[in-house]
Amino acid sequence: MKKSTRKFLFQRFFKLITLLIALCVVTFILMELSPIDPVTAYVGASTKVGAEQRALIAEHWGLNRPPVERFMAWFTSILQGDWGTSMIYRRPVLEVIGQKFLSSLALMGIAWILSGIIGFILGIVAGIKEGKLADKLISAYCHILISTPTFWLGILFIMVFAVQLGWFPVAMSTPIGVLAEDVSLLDRLSHLVLPALTLSVLGIANICLHTREKTADVMRTDYVLFAKARGESSRSIVFNHVIKNVSLPAVTLQFLSFSELFGGAIFVEQVFSYPGLGHAVVQSGLRGDLPLLMGIAIISLIFVYTGNLTADILYRVIDPRIREEVKA
Amino acid sequence: MKQILTVQNLGISFSQYMKGLRRRSLKVISNLDIELHEGEILAIVGASGSGKSLLAGAILGILPENAALEGEIYYEGQLLSQKDKEKIRGKEIALIPQSVNYLDPLQKVGRQIGISIQKNGGFRTGGSDESRDKTIEHDLPKDKVIENILQKYGLDKAVADYYPFQLSGGMARKVLLATALTSGAKVIIADEPTPGLDEPSLNEVLKDFRGLADDGCSILMITHDIEAALKIADKVAVFYAGTTLEVANTRDFDGGDSSSGDGLLRHPYSKALNNARPNVGFLPSEGSQPFPDNLPKGCPFSDRCVMRTEECEKELPAFREIRGGKVRCIHAT
Repeated sequence: MKKSTRKFLFQRFFKLITLLIALCVVTFILMELSPIDPVTAYVGASTKVGAEQRALIAEHWGLNRPPVERFMAWFTSILQGDWGTSMIYRRPVLEVIGQKFLSSLALMGIAWILSGIIGFILGIVAGIKEGKLADKLISAYCHILISTPTFWLGILFIMVFAVQLGWFPVAMSTPIGVLAEDVSLLDRLSHLVLPALTLSVLGIANICLHTREKTADVMRTDYVLFAKARGESSRSIVFNHVIKNVSLPAVTLQFLSFSELFGGAIFVEQVFSYPGLGHAVVQSGLRGDLPLLMGIAIISLIFVYTGNLTADILYRVIDPRIREEVKA
Repeated sequence: MKQILTVQNLGISFSQYMKGLRRRSLKVISNLDIELHEGEILAIVGASGSGKSLLAGAILGILPENAALEGEIYYEGQLLSQKDKEKIRGKEIALIPQSVNYLDPLQKVGRQIGISIQKNGGFRTGGSDESRDKTIEHDLPKDKVIENILQKYGLDKAVADYYPFQLSGGMARKVLLATALTSGAKVIIADEPTPGLDEPSLNEVLKDFRGLADDGCSILMITHDIEAALKIADKVAVFYAGTTLEVANTRDFDGGDSSSGDGLLRHPYSKALNNARPNVGFLPSEGSQPFPDNLPKGCPFSDRCVMRTEECEKELPAFREIRGGKVRCIHAT
């Protein structure tokens, strides 16, 4: 491994660690300041649980100890690999996250690929035809989409495709009243379609508008002008010059969009009651499940960070200008 | 010699938006005329903003969309429409652009030189004669052709694998030159081909241009560098504020009375330009080129001219032939 690459990776790793520590502290403080009492959230509105019992639960969870002490206890155990137990699911945090993450991954993966491909193609078309009808239609479509709230779009899809047309199920990831082992792949897929569509439709607008802008820039460059002067056809200009020059920023953007993807998934999973990580993070927040929330925060940070890092690394691999500099 | 490219009464105006939605049309070129003959180098000199580079854009049909074109451009006697320009550019007429920015930053140099070859399906070295340049042959594979052309310019074949950002100024110049040569075009338009070149490279490039022209290729050399132009050009066209003021033979610039520098030039502006050359008179002239929206009514040079009379301000003088050159001045003799 080259020295510069090693230095690069080391720097990124160091950044990740410091970021993780900062994230843990901030999340913990926010939870402390939150008006939600974990005990009330746990026992619910039941009057059967008296004040004494509440105190016992609080003591059992260690809630009566000072915040700093509790944070340090949690922090040391996580360093030892113990992520604690989720209060609402009553299972180890890692196990909960692992299961939820898998179903979210299918959702986000499909949305990510669809939005990337469709957004890129639409963006290229709009950018080449800048100012023409095709561009105006695509841009208008994107601007409408980008100003649409995710949850509203989700509800709209449910109303149209699930309720009125009845093409897809309304919510959840599996049919209700069917044993887990009897659920077919087709069932799972049909439950996935609407949430994935909602999530990707929003991603398309983002990628498309950025790609359009970059394509229009490239079309105005001297090298495209020269390509025209050399008699290259529009087709040849697009395939020889535009796509490669535009795909660099597009690829980066696509990996940087991990955070928006995750944010979007929270809304979408909530609207469709889709039991993924996004759904779990809302539950843990509303019910004061500190261990689970912290766990998800850490995992999502690593997820988003991985996206950004991939973008950085890809940039170094694809762009000869950066690659050759690294070599030299 | 056969006329290959003729530009008559070329006018270019740009529409631009003013305050609010008011639109105005700004005429930046009004009366450009040039004639290019086979095997000839025509240098086009003039200050920035005189319309030199726009001329290249107009011939190749690559002006921006808000530009409107007037006048006629003929290639081999045929009036060119935009469609015709699109058909012949790169094949019959090649452009050598100004800088390395005209190369795709993410494509290797060799491939970019190769684009010209691929598109023509073969290799011509200008004109209709049999392969004049022995290093470049019809049936060679593309890689070989690229290698040969690089070698011809003293570049290692490894340069084919370079990206444009790795080229030095001189190398970039040669690569840009190579893109035009591999196209086999009969007319080469070189837009500022000399800046940034060191003395030996400059001479090499100039020698190549001369060689190409002697082989039958016609070259339109757009330049600021009068000294370089005079070394190789057959004729020099002097542009001023979007108008061709004079087309002179190269020797007119240093003939005649050498102490005054006036030589055999016809137009007062060309004389002033010549007098400003460091090794002639090194004399600056008062004033500056007017902006396109503020041109004098008659001769565009009338506000600065030493020979001005009332007549000059009435209308633009016609382009007339005097002593083997052409001039747009009523006082010229």
